[in-house]
Amino acid sequence: MSRRPWHPLAVGALIGAVTLLLLVGLLATGGFDVGAALSALVRGAVGSPSAFVSGTLVRATPLLLAGLAVAVAFEAGVLNIGAEGQLLAGATATTAVALALPLGALTLPVALAAGALAGAAWAAVAAMLRQRFGVLEVISAIMLNFVAQFAVAWLVRGPLQESTHIYPQSSTLPLIAQLPVLVPGTRLHWGFALAVVAAIAIWFVIRHTATGFRLRTVGANPFAAASAGRIDAIRIAFGAFVVSGALAGLAGAVEVSGVTYALYENLSPGYGYSAIAVALLARLDARLIVASAVLFGGLEAGGVAMQRDAAVPSVVVSVVEATLILMVLSAGRLRGRSWQGGDGGAAAITADPATLVASR
Amino acid sequence: MTDALTALLEGTVRTATPIAFAALGEAISERAGVINIGLEGAIIAGALGAVLAAGTGGVALGFAGAILSGVAVAAVFAAFTIALRVDQIITGTAMTMLALGLTGMIYRAAYGTVGAALGTPTIGPAPIPLLASIPVFGPAFFSQPLTTYVAMLLAPAAWWWMFRTHAGLALRACGEHPDAAEAAGVHVSRVQTAAVLVGGALGGLAGGTLVLAQAGTFVEGMSAGRGFIAIAIVVLGRWHPIGVLVAALLFGAANSVQFLFQAMGWQAPYQLFLAIPYVLTLVALASVRSRGVAPAALGHVRRAVN
Repeated sequence: MSRRPWHPLAVGALIGAVTLLLLVGLLATGGFDVGAALSALVRGAVGSPSAFVSGTLVRATPLLLAGLAVAVAFEAGVLNIGAEGQLLAGATATTAVALALPLGALTLPVALAAGALAGAAWAAVAAMLRQRFGVLEVISAIMLNFVAQFAVAWLVRGPLQESTHIYPQSSTLPLIAQLPVLVPGTRLHWGFALAVVAAIAIWFVIRHTATGFRLRTVGANPFAAASAGRIDAIRIAFGAFVVSGALAGLAGAVEVSGVTYALYENLSPGYGYSAIAVALLARLDARLIVASAVLFGGLEAGGVAMQRDAAVPSVVVSVVEATLILMVLSAGRLRGRSWQGGDGGAAAITADPATLVASR
Repeated sequence: MTDALTALLEGTVRTATPIAFAALGEAISERAGVINIGLEGAIIAGALGAVLAAGTGGVALGFAGAILSGVAVAAVFAAFTIALRVDQIITGTAMTMLALGLTGMIYRAAYGTVGAALGTPTIGPAPIPLLASIPVFGPAFFSQPLTTYVAMLLAPAAWWWMFRTHAGLALRACGEHPDAAEAAGVHVSRVQTAAVLVGGALGGLAGGTLVLAQAGTFVEGMSAGRGFIAIAIVVLGRWHPIGVLVAALLFGAANSVQFLFQAMGWQAPYQLFLAIPYVLTLVALASVRSRGVAPAALGHVRRAVN
């Protein structure tokens, strides 16, 4: 196997080409009209200023925040597969606070903060289970995703149901709790700006502060970080997981207060899982995650258009996302990254529940 | 009350059967050191494969189609994790996304965008004479489809193979200390690939059971998290085939306890009932000590040998 690293752009182009080829092959095999499908995809994503701003960028917003969530955890060598559940927890808390606490001008910031806190708390459950009881966070996070999903399904038919008790959704958030529109005449809300600011802040913290250095050191090798660097690897990994949960919770909070204005089931079409692809494609670089979130936002928006105009099931988007994940992983550019197969990282993410405990 | 108890036991065994298949497969794969989070993908692929194959050639072909579909998903997983040595958890997550998306596409391409409800032949219960007439327990354990008996017998067979044969020892060695196994002449990546494929076959069989012994139809996403539950079941069963079967039955019981509640007149929202098994699984995971029991090299990516 050749070890000469390819130029990242060449790798990106190759991955893009293979994905497109696969998509075309898939559509053709399925008996769909390939031309119509692809033109619907492009039209839905970037066909017009309004498609791009109201479709692509609006969908990019939760993907960006959730992608950052996955990346922060990854940098510390922890795989947060529970972003979906944390996102739902955040959406729920924001809805509940916005509906129950009339705080005037403070309603919106308090509701958003509540969403982030709820996401952090949901993640903390998995982190605690790992630390206290040695339960693999990968498994517990998936269980918690299901619990969150059923909890939302119950809440919107129970305590949080709208006042007429007909529809399985919450009441509409008061105007004061809604994120204002960022670009007049479109659906793009201030949540997008918030997410971009978060991306820049996270990039700065991870690349240019001592905390970020500790985080990356733990991700590279928790044992070395603990023994040579005197870093409390357990605390760093725990903290990264909780911050990751807060970001995913914020994604849900922003989605509720900026797009749906109400809580309902299927609020997220799997943003928490797509976020893994978003983060990996950007190679965990928070600045690049902005671009990769926009790309996947376009894919989601285009997928909806494909279903509407060319009768192609929108699940094709998750096929494309999965393919991208697999190709980015195997592109070899990532070889040697902590979570990608180095000794420490692999141990920190997966198997032995005692690993982090033992490193103390 | 006896009716409710019978319903509880029946529900227990019905829920446990596909999960036991999937979890036994995952236990074999994990004993070889490979954690396959893509098990969910193998199950949904097996379910679709069962429908497609049973539509042309009946139940027997349906099961074959289910198993082959599960193996196909596992083969892709093995290619990435064992041949290309990429992270097992991320690959598994991607495989689940891929399989859920692909099955949805294939299903709609084959049966239209509305997803016309299609029925397949199913296998009925095969009561075992005498045993089936035992009150309460008979209907639950001895008047089930053939797949249930296969699952119940598979656990002791897997135990015997895993702990009493040389091949089983080689399998476990790959999961505990792959380098030592390699030095002892075991072809580790070959053993791991075989284990993953067997795991995929059993995952596919789980999907086939859902369709051909229970639902009688395919619904998008009908695996409904069973693959992830099965992975937790492996931990609860401490990577031991018999333990895995017991854990699957316990999970089935937790899932079916709603019948008992209903009989006792307890009212609780349906959605909360659906969440109970997952919460209980978390509690159970927290209360067993998996430390020292898990295969030592589970999930580790092996470095290139040369």
